[in-house]
Amino acid sequence: MIPALDILLIVALLWLARQALVARDLFKGVVLFIAFGLLLALAWVRLRAPDIALAEAAIGSGLTGALFLSTLGRLRRMEREAGQAEPPPEDGRRGGWTGGFLTAAGTVLVTALLGWAVWALPAGAPGLGDAVQARLGESGVSHRVTAVLLNFRAYDTLLEVGVLLVAIVAVWAVARADFPFVTRNAEAGSVPPQQTALVNLLVPVMLVVAGYLLWIGATAPGGAFQAGAVLGGAGVLLLLSRPHWAVLPERRWMRTGLAAGLLVFLGVGLALVIAGRRLLEYPAGWAGALILLIEAAVTLSIGLTLTLLFLGGRPAAGDPAPTMTHTNQQP
Amino acid sequence: MSVSEWLSALLIAAGTGFFLAGSAGLLRFPDVFTRLHALTKADNVGLGLVVAGVALQTESAVTLVKLVLIWWLVLVSSATVCCLIAGAVLRHGRAPAAEEEAR
Amino acid sequence: MTATTLYALAGIALFGLGLHALIVRAHLVARILALNVMGAGVFMFLIAVAARNETPDPVPHALVLTGIVVAVSATALALVLALRVQAVRGRAGLAEEESPDA
Repeated sequence: MIPALDILLIVALLWLARQALVARDLFKGVVLFIAFGLLLALAWVRLRAPDIALAEAAIGSGLTGALFLSTLGRLRRMEREAGQAEPPPEDGRRGGWTGGFLTAAGTVLVTALLGWAVWALPAGAPGLGDAVQARLGESGVSHRVTAVLLNFRAYDTLLEVGVLLVAIVAVWAVARADFPFVTRNAEAGSVPPQQTALVNLLVPVMLVVAGYLLWIGATAPGGAFQAGAVLGGAGVLLLLSRPHWAVLPERRWMRTGLAAGLLVFLGVGLALVIAGRRLLEYPAGWAGALILLIEAAVTLSIGLTLTLLFLGGRPAAGDPAPTMTHTNQQP
Repeated sequence: MSVSEWLSALLIAAGTGFFLAGSAGLLRFPDVFTRLHALTKADNVGLGLVVAGVALQTESAVTLVKLVLIWWLVLVSSATVCCLIAGAVLRHGRAPAAEEEAR
Repeated sequence: MTATTLYALAGIALFGLGLHALIVRAHLVARILALNVMGAGVFMFLIAVAARNETPDPVPHALVLTGIVVAVSATALALVLALRVQAVRGRAGLAEEESPDA
């Protein structure tokens, strides 16, 4: 017997996803996608995955939505500047009726095959849960997901932190920073006072929450990825309501911060190799401390990466920026 | 069920009632301003009641603090965001009465 | 049928919805949105399979956790590329897919 809540949740998720994907108006689609992300966080809780629910609530419904909305704003501005009064109508069904039918039939076929594979999955496959449980005592942390992320499968996580760095480097290579419209307002001093007050209130709370998530990750749901996501959210809020030069660190520090996670991770790994162990094979008794060190650096880097990704490009020397970042005059 | 459990269930049920009213307002009201009104007012009360109901079931003080913190954060941000959205709509020259978007 | 099986099937359905939109929609932002829905479907499948055991398997959890963060970074990169396409071509769509009369 499946609980009614789960059925309701799944129906709502599928309906929202469909509506978001068929919406002609991209703005509407993105807003529906944000609602989809919120419900998805609930689904993770139902599936007993609180770690993922935490990350989803910050990223799936928050940061991803902010990225899409700012991109739509930039697109609209570019269209205006190019003299396109209306955004060109999106050509919906390409290839006529036959093409549309074949696409639909093909998608249904692929989905049905995948669904059948899921249906036929052998029940009672043990998974790796028991293996994790057996060695949890040696991992240096007592939360299973953190043990997998930072110890048993630390090599994967190291590479994933590398992917994040590659992403921001690629974004910087493609475009110059386009400071959000509101940041321009911030420089002109026209951010609504309620917004400034809210950000002043929320950002310190978010910093505390990020620190808490980082610390609690050793024993309970939480850790570097969730903490970094919260930091990223705080960074985006700051960028939306303050002159960017009052938010972003100096370029040297920015680059150091972006690379810190990967560098510390690699540094610990290499130090262990030099000490005669395998890559990221922590010595007994040191695992907890080393994991916390790596996680702290990774949190900082993830937070900074997510914040800077929102700018959509590399903040360059030519950008209007009083360089005295440390004076940091608050309005 | 003890008295506090009954009270808890009652509070949560009342809270969801307010959520329902807020959602109905969001769907049925004619313009941005009345929809914001329905959504923020009703949902804040609804969440407050749900938090009060859940708080009756917790035994740890830390959880209680977290619950109240959640309610406070939602109150502060929804009140502010409501104000910001309404301000932005007004600046784009849409008066409350002129908004006749049929939906 | 159990709830976890239903979630796993819902994940596949989300993947299918996203796949269809990825093919049918022309606007790059809509396609990136579709990719995100496909990703959500894959994540949901993994987590639903992990939840079949009494205590959920933590390995897929770790995979999806990093996956979400990597997905948002990839989305940011894709959106920046879409903006470049718009800047160069005047529309956020791919060249070979324009109808001849456009």
